Amino acid sequence: QEAAKYGKKVMVLDFVTPTPLGNSWGLGGTCVNVGCIPKKLMHQAALLGQALQDSRKFGWQFREEVKHNWMTMTESVQNYIGSLNWGYRVALREKNVTYENAYGEFVGPHTIKATNKRGVEKLYTAERFLIATGERPRYLDIPGDKEYCISSDDLFSLPYCPGKTLVVGASYVALECAGFLAGLGLDVTVMVRSILLRGFDQDIANKIGEYMEEHGINFIRQFVPIKVEQIEKGTPGRLRVIAKSTKGNQIIEGEYNTVLLAIGRDACTRKIGLDKVGVKINEKTGKIPVNDEEQTNVPYIYAVGDILQDKLELTPLAIQAGRLLVQRLYAGATSKCDYANVPTTVFTPLEYGACGYSEETAVEKFGEKNIEVYHSHFWPLEWTVPSRDNNKCYAKIICNIQDNERVIGFHVLGPNAGEVTQGFAAAMKCGLTKEQLDSTIGIHPVCAEV
Amino acid sequence: GKNEYDLLIIGGGSGGLACAKEAAKFGRKVAVLDYVEPSPQGTKWGLGGTCVNVGCIPKKLMHQAALLGSAIKDAQHYGWNIAQPVHHTWSVMAQAVQNYVKSLNWGHRVQLQDKKVKYFNMKGSFSDPHTIRGLTKAGKETIVTAENIVIATGGRPKYPMHIAGALEYGITSDDLFWLKESPGKTPLVYYPFILHLYEIIVYISLTGSSPDVSLECAGFLTGIGLETTVMMRSIPLRGFDQQMASLVTEHMESYGTKFLKRCFPTKVEKSESNRLQVTWKNTDLRTEITDSFDTVMWAVGRAPDTETLNLETVGVKTNSETGKIIVDASEATSVPHIYAVGDITEGRPELTPTAIAAGKLLAQRLFGQSSELMDYDNVPTTVFTPLEYGCVGLSEEAAVQCYGSDNIEVYHAYYKPLEFTVAERDAAQCYMKMVCLRERDQRILGLHFIGPNAGEVIQGFALGIKCGATYPQLMKTIGIHPTCAEEITKLHITKGSGLDATVTGC
Repeated sequence: QEAAKYGKKVMVLDFVTPTPLGNSWGLGGTCVNVGCIPKKLMHQAALLGQALQDSRKFGWQFREEVKHNWMTMTESVQNYIGSLNWGYRVALREKNVTYENAYGEFVGPHTIKATNKRGVEKLYTAERFLIATGERPRYLDIPGDKEYCISSDDLFSLPYCPGKTLVVGASYVALECAGFLAGLGLDVTVMVRSILLRGFDQDIANKIGEYMEEHGINFIRQFVPIKVEQIEKGTPGRLRVIAKSTKGNQIIEGEYNTVLLAIGRDACTRKIGLDKVGVKINEKTGKIPVNDEEQTNVPYIYAVGDILQDKLELTPLAIQAGRLLVQRLYAGATSKCDYANVPTTVFTPLEYGACGYSEETAVEKFGEKNIEVYHSHFWPLEWTVPSRDNNKCYAKIICNIQDNERVIGFHVLGPNAGEVTQGFAAAMKCGLTKEQLDSTIGIHPVCAEV
Repeated sequence: GKNEYDLLIIGGGSGGLACAKEAAKFGRKVAVLDYVEPSPQGTKWGLGGTCVNVGCIPKKLMHQAALLGSAIKDAQHYGWNIAQPVHHTWSVMAQAVQNYVKSLNWGHRVQLQDKKVKYFNMKGSFSDPHTIRGLTKAGKETIVTAENIVIATGGRPKYPMHIAGALEYGITSDDLFWLKESPGKTPLVYYPFILHLYEIIVYISLTGSSPDVSLECAGFLTGIGLETTVMMRSIPLRGFDQQMASLVTEHMESYGTKFLKRCFPTKVEKSESNRLQVTWKNTDLRTEITDSFDTVMWAVGRAPDTETLNLETVGVKTNSETGKIIVDASEATSVPHIYAVGDITEGRPELTPTAIAAGKLLAQRLFGQSSELMDYDNVPTTVFTPLEYGCVGLSEEAAVQCYGSDNIEVYHAYYKPLEFTVAERDAAQCYMKMVCLRERDQRILGLHFIGPNAGEVIQGFALGIKCGATYPQLMKTIGIHPTCAEEITKLHITKGSGLDATVTGC
């Protein structure tokens, strides 16, 4: 859309290879269809379930039994996504961007072959190319995984309630999904191979896990599934999962209605003909290394988003990188995307917002003696009346003593963590120090003032 | 003789307690006098001041109760099956809130004890610059002397004394949070056709203090199902950005609060059915109307609590118009060794966090060899109306006045919170704007946000503004997705351009 603003002739090829279970979706990519958007809406549904319980303590009265209807929620969410898909198509049309629902792959220099659903092939040439194919969920490569398990690609449009669910993985996708499924009243178990939220501050990751366990989610740690069998067909059916310990030979079995795999995502770079034009990829991860102007080793081919090596996999980052790239190419701008201090939020039942260094990476980079960690538990005012946990919410900032106690890491665990973290991220961009933080007046009573 | 205490504080509210606890850290001998004169309706409360007992805390909790009412409606769109009817019981909420407040009163007493601060439940007045006369409820007198004295007695709601029946029949925020029964009464059985059974009228007349309490109260009263009317003589939220103020009231109107604009009451009487009859004049239409309500709540501003302090005896100067105590940048009054913090001081925002910060810094300067003065610039605040409004820095009007309209740029956007989509909620008033200087670095002068969790959104940005944040710096900040706050980092349409400021998809 940005390129079209500069009067350039632009084409977008978008194609969704159906999931092993046959699921597909419209224009907009992961975030809109099977990521941020449906995730946050279902998380909201779970939060509202909690709100219903709280509301009784605040004087609201209604019948004790409250049940959740999966189909009502999923239909509403899918309708909203449909409106976004439509919105994008209209936006592209209005901006004179040509859109083709076809699978693109390079066949030679400056040339791409587009194959649509019906197998019809067309060739296109362009002066420049941008690869933004993103990723798809990884499978376990064990018997029964593709036949019987689902992934996040299937969950948000599942046409039946998943029932008793086993979530395999400890990524934020795994924990967020486990979180809202439990919040909707389902029996949820999470099977974790080693640690939770690898790459995130581990102190906080453990607090998140603890909170989830205290609120009814079962964790099976240090096991990996080795086989999935179908006991009975159905919507949902019944599945048997056999798992092996990572620390010995112990084997366990469990029965579930649904098995959700959330063990990671793989870049969609292996089957788009990159070898034909000489674009180098990391053979192990499939990701594409780029320079600080998002350019690959082939000068006229660029890349943005989840497929980039060593960059965070986040929607707003991809958007910003894409926009700035185009402004540099066609509007004479020089701004590069700033990948430092990118804030993020994990929407687990107890939300986690973060910006900058985790405690571990700060210690690693600066040395334990050179950093100071300020921290505090807090009790959101809104949790007092309904007597919810009074020592679970937590905030910490990490400061670099040698640089005027500059704030280099911000972490908050509590409600509305995203809203809280956003402004702090802006402040960190302005070089926030501990002194400036101390001298800023808090808004009362909100969580962020802590 | 030698003074008994190093520091004596009159007033155990946000400012007073913060100052006392900080001073105690330096090993000083500190005492606090706190006393609550009952309201005309007889309401009183414990240690902690306005915020804890009749301000921020109960207000936010009742606001939360109202928000939960909306959440119940939303939940049904998200698949939760809730059997109708759903109704709200005031006494359950009030008791829960009051119990929590009492736990805070208790907590403060324990903290003072732990920090070895002496607490007197007495009403204090000056005998001389170092001597305070304390009087208990029973009339017992105690004389206390101190090297330094801090006045932190705050304020109390005003009554419109020129309106007949105002004092006798009306309540204020002092009473609202402590009502044991709903401000709306049980309907009489033989009027089954009356759909709105509970009616409350809130009158606000703007005097520049903190009139937002009234809108906040009207907001949550509407949210819990009471038929609420707000009568106002002129503009709402005086002192705040007026564009934002009208969006806030617009939302309240669509939310169900009735507004009687450009009206003022002339008398309040009791009717035979034991309801209250209010007569008012409409300044535009020049008509006079009478209607009945269950409760009338006055929100016509707050008056500083200085009358019984005997300030004239010691020469502490007050502002002749407002009655507030005049202080300099170090919180000192016109009399050496006598200071003042919080709502009682002239020219300061009437906010708990500023009182706390000022109190702490004062103690640090008196006893901790610090010279740091309180910075009252860029204090963020939030109005907890049904659709919340958070802001920091200058309003658009103030910026224009200060710098000239040619020298400022206003970026703005109408947005829709993701959670409103499935809930089918109207987001017409969800709006944000950033007021910046136009010249080179485009420093941010003010940020205004209307939407859910406005306080949480604004807090971090207030920090940024404290660091001198500029528009380009904010634009370099990556957004967190999906949140409402991220829209601030994406602001790019200016008011000047005249373009449609509605946020479309990514």
